Amino acid sequence: MYTQGLDSLGKDCLRDEAQVGGALERRFQAHIDAEDKIEPKDWMPDAYRRTLVRQISQHAHSEIVGMLPEGNWITRAPSLLRKAILIAKVQDEGGHGAYLYSATETLGVSRDELVGQLLEGKAKYSSIFNYPTPTWADVGAIGWLVDGAAIMNQIPLCRCSYGPYARAMVRICKEESFHQRQGYDIMLRLSRGTPAQKDMAQQALNRWWWPSLMMFGPPDADSKHGVQSMRWKIKRFTNDELRQKFVDFTVPQAEFLGIRVPDPQLSWDPAAGHYRHGPIDWNEFEQVLKGNGPCNRERLEARRRAHEEGRWVRDAAVAWAAKRAGSAAPRAALTLLRRNHERRYA
Amino acid sequence: MSGDTRDWPLYEIFIRARSGLDHKHVGSLHATDARMAIEHARDLYTRRQEGISIWAVRSTDIVASDPADADALFEPARDKIYRHPTFYDIPDEVKTL
Repeated sequence: MYTQGLDSLGKDCLRDEAQVGGALERRFQAHIDAEDKIEPKDWMPDAYRRTLVRQISQHAHSEIVGMLPEGNWITRAPSLLRKAILIAKVQDEGGHGAYLYSATETLGVSRDELVGQLLEGKAKYSSIFNYPTPTWADVGAIGWLVDGAAIMNQIPLCRCSYGPYARAMVRICKEESFHQRQGYDIMLRLSRGTPAQKDMAQQALNRWWWPSLMMFGPPDADSKHGVQSMRWKIKRFTNDELRQKFVDFTVPQAEFLGIRVPDPQLSWDPAAGHYRHGPIDWNEFEQVLKGNGPCNRERLEARRRAHEEGRWVRDAAVAWAAKRAGSAAPRAALTLLRRNHERRYA
Repeated sequence: MSGDTRDWPLYEIFIRARSGLDHKHVGSLHATDARMAIEHARDLYTRRQEGISIWAVRSTDIVASDPADADALFEPARDKIYRHPTFYDIPDEVKTL
């Protein structure tokens, strides 16, 4: 069940931990080892809770920011059908963000706190959304590669030890498949089109290939949270394992499109049964994470603007609810609404 | 604070997938009132014909059992296996039982 009354529970847990020592933690790990799910009101180590809050909220922020690179193509989609599809996809991304914020709230943090962290630029989100989408083919490449990589990451999360996260991921994965296929469909049409269209598809692959490989995170040797997350069954496969799987799946798909993966060192290793890719520029990844990617500033500004421009709607909803409830609050809420309106349009 | 959803109550959402089935918990959302909860639930949880009916319940109105009481609540049922039909050995000759 999803409730917000977990803050006090968290404090109780800390006291229990001190009193009971490692017994609770051993029982907790035994549950996980037996593939039982952990639910919101169950005892959990504080570090498990913090890890989940960090991971699920970053995931939620990524979905929300992820609406922006494609959102700017809604008005320019090449047909009414493509426009309807893109609106549906972007709406799904917003929905995914909402499912995930909801899952994070079961761990005792508030949604406003999380949204505030994003808007203040304190929260991390996936580095991939800080790259620009200059052509329609970028929308195709995002669906095919970015959503494809997301699926690779997210399918194992459907079996994550934390129940609310796992259930949110089941719902999300069902919808991601549509995202990936509509993206590949765009790439397929372009690659079978005029030379200019095919070139547009190739350029988009060139832009998105390496950032997509970076989506799986740092190499296993440098991954900070990997080992403990595996023990807690939050993570099931390592970054490098998932990245390899993605490359193995995606290279033949690019071949079918007749476009070239922008990696001169890419080769098939028949003994291992895997494609081997060239070195990834982790310096670029670090820079984008630090906020120095091509669109970091633009993305956050767009989020802040949307939040600010929606303020009057939220104020009005509160005023309306208070009026309907017949409480003493409506006059205060209406005064606030009027003052905000005047401040904004004066 | 103005313009924040801080004071927006949390609603638990239950969806009936089709007639003949129970409403099932699908997740939660914030809304200023019950009507907004239903409208948001429709957008959030039924984009692909997942339901024909929505229940929205204020999270604070739900009373839940405490996991710490699980043994006291559910353990007594464990040793009452005679409640299950398979507890009884009925000879094969006896039909339709």
